[in-house]
Amino acid sequence: MSTDIVLAIALTVMTASTPLLLAAIGELVVERSGVLNLGVEGMMIVGAAAGFAGAQLTGSAYGGVAFAAVAGAGLSLVFAVFVLLLATNQYATGLATTLLGIGIAGLVGQGYVGQPGIKLEQVPIPLLSDLPVIGPLLFQHDVLFYLSLALVVCVSFVLFRTRLGLTIRAVGDNHDSAHAIGYNVVAIRFATIAFGGICAGLAGGYLSLVYTPQWVEGMSAGRGWIAVALVVFAAWRPLRCLAGAYLFGTVLILQFHAQAAGVPIPSQFLSALPYLATMIVLVIVSANRLSRHSAAPACLGQAFVPSK
Amino acid sequence: MIRLEARPRPSWWAALASPVIALVLTLLTGCLLLLAFGKDPIKGLYYLFIDPITVWWSLEEVLVKATPLALIAAGLSVCFRANVWNIGAEGQFIVGAIAGSALPVVLPEVQGPHVLPLMLLCGTLGGALFALIPALLRVRFGANEILVSLMLVYVAELFLDWLVRGPWRNPAGFNFPETRQFHEWATMPIVGDSRLNIGIFIAIACCAVLAFVLSRTYFGFGVRLSGTAPRAARFAGISRNRTILLVMALSGGLAGLAGIMEVAGPIGQLRIQISPGYGFTAIIVAFLARLNPVGAIAAAFVLSVTYIGGEAAQIAIGISDKITRVFQGALLFFVLGSDVLIRYRITWTRRTPVIQTPEPAAVERTST
Repeated sequence: MSTDIVLAIALTVMTASTPLLLAAIGELVVERSGVLNLGVEGMMIVGAAAGFAGAQLTGSAYGGVAFAAVAGAGLSLVFAVFVLLLATNQYATGLATTLLGIGIAGLVGQGYVGQPGIKLEQVPIPLLSDLPVIGPLLFQHDVLFYLSLALVVCVSFVLFRTRLGLTIRAVGDNHDSAHAIGYNVVAIRFATIAFGGICAGLAGGYLSLVYTPQWVEGMSAGRGWIAVALVVFAAWRPLRCLAGAYLFGTVLILQFHAQAAGVPIPSQFLSALPYLATMIVLVIVSANRLSRHSAAPACLGQAFVPSK
Repeated sequence: MIRLEARPRPSWWAALASPVIALVLTLLTGCLLLLAFGKDPIKGLYYLFIDPITVWWSLEEVLVKATPLALIAAGLSVCFRANVWNIGAEGQFIVGAIAGSALPVVLPEVQGPHVLPLMLLCGTLGGALFALIPALLRVRFGANEILVSLMLVYVAELFLDWLVRGPWRNPAGFNFPETRQFHEWATMPIVGDSRLNIGIFIAIACCAVLAFVLSRTYFGFGVRLSGTAPRAARFAGISRNRTILLVMALSGGLAGLAGIMEVAGPIGQLRIQISPGYGFTAIIVAFLARLNPVGAIAAAFVLSVTYIGGEAAQIAIGISDKITRVFQGALLFFVLGSDVLIRYRITWTRRTPVIQTPEPAAVERTST
């Protein structure tokens, strides 16, 4: 009996962690190229609204996934045009992205409030899904879950084992030098920002297609911001990002289970736990000055204006 | 491709024109958006931006909503000038409202002319202390103030929710999640027989004082220097940490003051929802005002019009009032975009020019 409950809780932890992981891994690549995109929350909520709307319009959850990715990418490109071509302040532009995203999502989602959603189907992997414990835990999920794990591996490989990854990191650590030796800094950053947008859009789509298949105003509830914090927590490393996302997913879920179990603590205090946990983790990670300075991309958040 | 060419010095005409350019671009985008939704753009823009200021009662409403926006934005301007990113004004607004409400809610038997000033003081202190949490964590541990102050918004909202549903719920309120109505001594005096209260004068006075402090005092100079040239500021003996703590406390305090003035004014009690996102909209106000506290008054008026206009447009032409948020977000984009004109010339090139003969440049650099 107890293994069943543990398994059930583990599965809910995974569904809670996947959107955090998707958004965080995208933002990680963006930040590695030297751009701080604070619009993750906005791209995520737009992805959630577009994902839900797309599923309704096409009649298929996969249509919703495509819409979510396109919507996230579209909003991220608006951010990219302002930050890269007009060299606007990245903090303020990221906030503008989030505010605009919340507005667009509200507008798009308005007609879908209270409608039943279409859930993304589970795709069990043949043979592997029949394994005891590990099978249901790892191999009986939806495509976005598999994608999130595949992305961790791919991003880790590309960033640290390929020329492309080296280029991205070079652009993030010293954009002037990268420009001087002939790399197109703006084009590379456009690409990474779009990648981050797709990931954040998919993360939002996961919320409205898998986590709670419906549209609720403000349903991302700060997850995009938690994803940004996760990148700092992960010291800009994909594998640590995976660990961090699952840690936060666990906090999100335990808080629900504690509420359901009738723990004599007001539900609002339990709901505040993920946000407080984010703060505490940020403080602990940041207090370790040595790791903070060596880990962050050196040009993070700085505008790039080529002098020649 | 667009290329940015640095101007030798910031352009004065662009500084004046940039908010206007941003507004015009926002209106054009609004036209396209309304067309996309199959609405008459002229009619839509009329209800969104003109209708709210044609009738006295709705103009009053615009001014009521502009008051907290201007107050919060003035504080944020100082903060952003110092290159400190307080994004949690919404949370500080809520905590200020809670701290200021403690007196009339918990001790309603305390009456007299000293109640309201005490409430305003508590509200300001509450907001300032709440803003000091991210400031201290930043100064002491280097934790990012953007993320921490934002996380605290959610915490503040949940705390307010708990208070209003739990310990502070009106005992005679039929279980509605709201506190008791504030008594007469605990509400803001009304101006004439309008909806306006004296809060609007407090807000204007605060903006004026802040503008003076920022441009004419040593503290203001330190804030601006610390923001634009942190190294120079350090050599001049201006402590970066002290600046961070001061500007965060200042902006938090003003957000808290706005919070208590809102619940002691138009609302008259604490509820679950006390702000339609004032703390976030104020960020747009601050940038539209080009981080100038006096400009924040005019910018707050503009943003407030979009709030009231959104409601008007919803009733008149049946478009969702969510369009207000889209307008506000687009406006911030265009404000940031047109600010580029101040420091750069924008030129169009087909191709980035190839750098020729790098040697002389290198020699020059080593010789200096």
